[in-house]
Amino acid sequence: MDKIEIDAKELHYTPLNQQIRKAVHEGAKEITIRNIMGQRFIADGLKGGVSLFLHGVAGGDLGMFMSGPDITLYGNADHAPGNTMDAGTIAIHGSAGDAVAHSMRGGKVFVRDTIGYRGGIHMKQYLDKRPVLVIGGSARSFLGEYMAGGLILVLRRTPDAMNDERGIGSGIHGGEIFIRGKIDNNCVGVGTKKDPCSGDEIARIIPLIHEFAEKFGVDPAPFLKSEYTRISPASARPFANKYTWE
Amino acid sequence: MSIGTVPLKFRVTIDNKQCMACARCVENCSYGVFRMENGVVRVSPRHCVACHRCLAMCPRDAISIEERPVDYRSHPLWTTDVKEAIFNQARTGKIIVGGMGNALPYPVIFDRLVLDACQVTNPSIDPLREPMELRTYLGKKPSHLDLLTKINGDVELISTLVPNLKLETPIMIGHMSYGAISLNAQTSLAKAVNEIGTFMGTGEGGLHESLYPYQGNMIVQVASGRFGVDINYLERGAAIEIKIGQGAKPGIGGHLPGEKVNREVSVTRMIPEGSDAISPAPHHDIYSIEDLKQLVRGLKEATEWKKPVFVKIAAVHNSAAIAAGIARSSADAIVIDGFRGGTGAAPRVFRDHVGIPVEAAIASVDAKLRQQGIRNEVSIIASGGIRESADVAKIIALGADAVYIGTAALIALGCRVCGTCNRGVCAWGIATQRPDLVKRLDPETGSKQVANLIHGWTDELAELMGAAGINSIESLRGNRDRLRSYMLDEALMTVLDVKSVGA
Repeated sequence: MDKIEIDAKELHYTPLNQQIRKAVHEGAKEITIRNIMGQRFIADGLKGGVSLFLHGVAGGDLGMFMSGPDITLYGNADHAPGNTMDAGTIAIHGSAGDAVAHSMRGGKVFVRDTIGYRGGIHMKQYLDKRPVLVIGGSARSFLGEYMAGGLILVLRRTPDAMNDERGIGSGIHGGEIFIRGKIDNNCVGVGTKKDPCSGDEIARIIPLIHEFAEKFGVDPAPFLKSEYTRISPASARPFANKYTWE
Repeated sequence: MSIGTVPLKFRVTIDNKQCMACARCVENCSYGVFRMENGVVRVSPRHCVACHRCLAMCPRDAISIEERPVDYRSHPLWTTDVKEAIFNQARTGKIIVGGMGNALPYPVIFDRLVLDACQVTNPSIDPLREPMELRTYLGKKPSHLDLLTKINGDVELISTLVPNLKLETPIMIGHMSYGAISLNAQTSLAKAVNEIGTFMGTGEGGLHESLYPYQGNMIVQVASGRFGVDINYLERGAAIEIKIGQGAKPGIGGHLPGEKVNREVSVTRMIPEGSDAISPAPHHDIYSIEDLKQLVRGLKEATEWKKPVFVKIAAVHNSAAIAAGIARSSADAIVIDGFRGGTGAAPRVFRDHVGIPVEAAIASVDAKLRQQGIRNEVSIIASGGIRESADVAKIIALGADAVYIGTAALIALGCRVCGTCNRGVCAWGIATQRPDLVKRLDPETGSKQVANLIHGWTDELAELMGAAGINSIESLRGNRDRLRSYMLDEALMTVLDVKSVGA
């Protein structure tokens, strides 16, 4: 049984996850779940090389602690998809709530439309684990706050979006944030450095633009010929000069 | 510099009649107090922190250390500590950071409580002869049990029980992370809890591979930085603890400075070598009790509801109401960390001035949960300033199920509470990552000492219970009738729900 279908109608998240785990355990490679209506924690802590196709609206913490699976969600997600995720991919054909990719340490999260506040907060990287968050639309304030590693890319499909979102990258001490177009000085947070993107840096985001375009069936051309702003840490030790010994 | 030199904190003197110039003090002092010059040991006493490593290693008792050999003009308000903090900040303009716990001489409530013993009317119990039940189960207890009596008379349990932790003594070791303390220190503690049949916390520093053999006795911590947290880590722990706050620094996060993040520490924390490990003040997915419930359930769902989840908060003014919320969040235990709790580093102003004593917090949390009829929903773990077995007995009588010890376990490893953990050059190999210092602490010896301590306390606890005519820890729990207050004020007696001595 390579392919499994699960009907999530009126199913609590625990039995739903139990069915998913059972299917993975039995060797399923593709799991389609229909009628999702706000169930939280879908694929929480799930491991393995399975692909999940979710139809409906996913509740909070989709793919939390997940390590490996590939999730495609046809619908919106509530807060924190990819929370502390370790590896794998989440592609959301819609929008997502606050704290998307919170503390994510590896893998990729793609959101076709917009995300809420504190997206990518405290994302971190270690050796080859470098988490990536790509947002097609816009993000609310405090994007990449406390960011310790990884990469955030905002494509701003509506170029005026995000003009008033404050605190971008506050407290960032690792990783980098790329935002298409220009960002006002008032919008970046404490401890950040804001520069126009160089050629080398653009080279890092080109494969992600192609991956985004392919996943959501959009034309990559306008994104490829745009200018980007890069927000990075002013220091890897933002608090180094704040303290004195007793 | 208009402030000039401040008086010595410690005067270090060497008795030249005793000294044989073996230079062990020179080798052992990691703070740079001693040096050899022309075959004679010279001292720079200004570097001394009174960690006593030199004294302990001197074969001839040639070293003496005297605290505050130079007096300031004494003053009840403008004390030495206050003046020197001002000098420090006048020079630097920075936040003062120190190690270890609260350094102000607040009254200790434990020392104003006395325990009861039986005389004549109800006999005391001899623990040598009678079984004493110290085994403790942490986690949710069902409010009732559904049983089915079969035709043949057998009784079957129908209720589903949730996982509990089984402790052979109500004494556990609290969360001190790898990074804050050395791997040899963590290994010593891990071997000790494994031998005793109790548990220890990993702290927010991940779980080093070499500790995997002891994972059945480890409580893994998830804090706001989520360092070292992945599904492998969660699955290895015997229980999972969400750290919301810490008694030594309630309301703020933590920063492990980059210089302590060496290669090994970077592996377990899963962050680049040399980078600051910054744990923000709040968890950014928890802004309410409802959000806390979401994380508790997220952790349970990830580990298939097989592990108890604890929530640790600092003891603050509203601990009781907060605990009542936590008890409804699916959590299995609440850890209340009092304002005397230790730490590797905390801003002095928080360490000394924020939070409340654990005795008052535990009593009010226990009372609140009982009033609301949900005491069975969670176990209560007390931590922060538990110094001896009498404190354990008293805090259990005030309503705790078990305790976490931290500083006491480190003292068992040689710590002298010099309070300079934040400097990272601990001469005892405990709060340091410097390989030459770490290897001074032998995990075999260290674990024996820690196990001895817990063993000794457990025996003392059994004796205290026996003297009070109690043969099970369950009968001591929340048993305030076995406590009396000695010179506590009436308001505090009401909070603790204890009578005065003689009453």
